[in-house]
Amino acid sequence: MKSAYFKRLLPGDYLVVLLGLLLVVYLFKTLWHGEHAAKLEIRQGDQVFATLSLDQDRVIQVVGPLGTSKIEIKQGKVRFLSSPCSNQYCVHQGWLHHVGQAAICLPNRVSLELLGAKKAYDSLNY
Amino acid sequence: MKTLKIHTTEDDHRIAKLAALAIGLHLIEAVVPSPLPGVKPGIANIVTLYVLYRFDFATAAWVSLLRVFASSLLFGNFLSPTFALSLSGAVLSLLALCLAQYLPKRYFGPVSLSIFAALAHMVGQLLLVRFWLIPHAGVAYLIPVFMVAALLFGLLNGLITSALLKKA
Repeated sequence: MKSAYFKRLLPGDYLVVLLGLLLVVYLFKTLWHGEHAAKLEIRQGDQVFATLSLDQDRVIQVVGPLGTSKIEIKQGKVRFLSSPCSNQYCVHQGWLHHVGQAAICLPNRVSLELLGAKKAYDSLNY
Repeated sequence: MKTLKIHTTEDDHRIAKLAALAIGLHLIEAVVPSPLPGVKPGIANIVTLYVLYRFDFATAAWVSLLRVFASSLLFGNFLSPTFALSLSGAVLSLLALCLAQYLPKRYFGPVSLSIFAALAHMVGQLLLVRFWLIPHAGVAYLIPVFMVAALLFGLLNGLITSALLKKA
């Protein structure tokens, strides 16, 4: 039964199925990738503490009202490595890698935001 | 009183019968629940494709468009967005079939045509969604999912059509 079904496929049909699959893979890759961020903006309080490239792996220490927050940049991603705050939400947020992602530590007044070529919208309303 | 008599030809009867079959399949499909709104197997397209092979493109176009109009009347969604989506899908799908029918028959069977029609159907609907119903770039995120569904169901419908054509 199964083999009888596959006999109905002509060479061109296989080609069309293959092209269809390639198209779908291409669509997934182009539409679902989410732009990788180029720059990281660290804010402390009401000021920009630093704007850094994500290309260079490093650990940055930012001093806030509670103490020192450690921020790690590694292979184009960034995370709060450690924080003096009590809830540790910022640390649990984990790695950020897409444009527009942000991690905020309110107690220590430190925030990370990933920037791309242009700023993405936070939200839209009509 | 003068009665108006409509003269119908053999072709008209055939188109009506085939369209009725397509409408039936369309109705059956409408009650089948779908995991994602908009993802439907499109089994009524089997009829369109079958007609294209057994008869000609004009008959297939008639059957397809009659199906869209008649089932929208049955569902009560004539001229609603649902109807518009159905129509734009059908029109694009027919356009694809109109071009694809000239592919060499030796290499390209009903499966190819079915896949082209299914993908074109999705393109027609997505264009309408993007430019009329949901004018937001976020629609782009849905495209891959819908295209996978179109490819899969296009393949299945194509296999079913070729099975039906072999039997006839």
